[in-house]
Amino acid sequence: MAEKLVVGADAIATKGWLKAHQWLILRRVSQLSILALFLIGPLAGIWIVKGNLAASMTLDVLPLTDPHVLLQSALSGVVPELSAIVGVVIVIAFYLLVGGRVYCSWVCPVNMVTDAAAWLRRKLGIKTTSQISRSTRYWMLGLTLILPLVTGSLVWELFNPVSMLFRGIVFGMGMAWILIVGVFLFDLLVAKDGWCGRLCPVGAFYSLLGTRSAVRVVAVEREHCNDCMDCFVICPEKQVIKPALKGAEQGIGPVILSANCTNCGRCIDVCAKDVFQFGSRFNNLMVNASGTEGMSGKQESAKPSKT
Amino acid sequence: MSDSGESKGKGVNRRQFLSQTLKTACGVGLMGMGLGFYARQAESLPAMAIRPPGALPEEDFLGACIRCGLCVRDCPYDILSLGQLGDEVATGTPYFYARTDPCEMCEDIPCVVACPTNALDHELTDINDARMGLAVLVDQETCIAFLGLRCEVCFNICPIRGKAISLEYEHNVRSGKHARFLPVVHSEACTGCGLCEKACILEEAAIKIFPTHMAKGELGRHYRLGWKEKEKAGKSLVTPDVEHRYNLPEGVQYDLQGKGLIVEPEGQQQSPFSSNPLDRLNRGLENQ
Repeated sequence: MAEKLVVGADAIATKGWLKAHQWLILRRVSQLSILALFLIGPLAGIWIVKGNLAASMTLDVLPLTDPHVLLQSALSGVVPELSAIVGVVIVIAFYLLVGGRVYCSWVCPVNMVTDAAAWLRRKLGIKTTSQISRSTRYWMLGLTLILPLVTGSLVWELFNPVSMLFRGIVFGMGMAWILIVGVFLFDLLVAKDGWCGRLCPVGAFYSLLGTRSAVRVVAVEREHCNDCMDCFVICPEKQVIKPALKGAEQGIGPVILSANCTNCGRCIDVCAKDVFQFGSRFNNLMVNASGTEGMSGKQESAKPSKT
Repeated sequence: MSDSGESKGKGVNRRQFLSQTLKTACGVGLMGMGLGFYARQAESLPAMAIRPPGALPEEDFLGACIRCGLCVRDCPYDILSLGQLGDEVATGTPYFYARTDPCEMCEDIPCVVACPTNALDHELTDINDARMGLAVLVDQETCIAFLGLRCEVCFNICPIRGKAISLEYEHNVRSGKHARFLPVVHSEACTGCGLCEKACILEEAAIKIFPTHMAKGELGRHYRLGWKEKEKAGKSLVTPDVEHRYNLPEGVQYDLQGKGLIVEPEGQQQSPFSSNPLDRLNRGLENQ
């Protein structure tokens, strides 16, 4: 495959720039407005949301708690308050619905850093191969859960760039920017998708949460794929695409079922042929239920109602 | 998990798989060790940084606190900060410095109410039961009350005035005729709020809040204070109390806290001395 100068150039040409970036824009709006909600209190004195991503209180009634950090805390031997338990149940229910790693692509502020690194990497044509396996993050996740068991304290939270960046923006950064620059340079120079795709235990946790989540990207029109490879280039977890996009012959359904798909929607954006759409994991069931005639016929019925 | 690595995963043989897994495990394990040692250093709390009211003992606190900052937000006096990377305080954990921003001891303790994890113990409902630290009059050489001047600012600012800090009066030996009004902290009442440290008029406060474990001594467990045990039991526990006897001539008694020396009046001849002092004075004159 010949590397194009602009990924998704075909999509921009056929759909227009805005349509070829719509999910990216929506994600940035989501990430920045979440930050804004937390910042408007300390900056303007309008208190809508207090706290940070670890735990927050919205309008003094809605508690939200991060399940990964609460689990670490519980493993160190603490019984949380009711508000934290209510908060964590709400958060888990939400991500079970929309996809665990939606946290990564729609909420996490580090995503903007690593996306920037990935963009610059493509621009500069940096092609270092990573020695770090994508499954390392699950080892890291194990580590973050063992450390509080052994030491009785939240060791990971002393280092966690995810909470560090968000807390830094809302409460004061200190030297945490060094860590963030480190993540940026790591992704730029050392490993493609290095932090989010290989190491981050927070993402690993949310991926486990999302193994059975409902909202999925579906390669509805996969027979229209012209093998331009733009989706593979832009995707931060490119291994998740292949089974759904190219699995028609093996009888694999068009739904991207891998828990590590972040539902970022960039594949939808960059595809000139509109192969991908947001749908649900049950699109696969519908395909199987509608008989065994030709794939193209089934795809029409499998078209998701919501996008 | 559905993604076991790169898409070439199927072609990996057992040896490659094992070596890859071992490599990852070793790398992550090493990182864990590094993090663990880094944590031991990063979690040390400087003496002057004080946790909010109700905070669990430090080692439990570091496991319980999820660094959300809700206590910081709900403090009406805005005294709390979260540790930042590079600070001396563990990153993301709340603290305050008494000299600049002491705890105002709100009755409803909003910081504790806000805490989602009991890192600030919700059992704490009366702020007077909080033990954030302990005020210690660290420097008697500069405290102007000890120099013999009138100050009493720490005594007067104390929210539990008279109980947490009392004034003890003492003779001023230097001037020989004045009293010194010395502030004395009582650990059974002091919450460690730090208002006294902030109020201290010196350039560098002579009274400071210390973590309780640094400020308090502790008697050996085997220690029994005799007078307290006696008070509790109503009598001495070691040997029965023997009434003290004075070695006095017969017919003479001594009453320590009463009349003093008592000479029994029986048989006046037996006494070698007359009861009238004039008799003794005149004795020599009679002979002449």
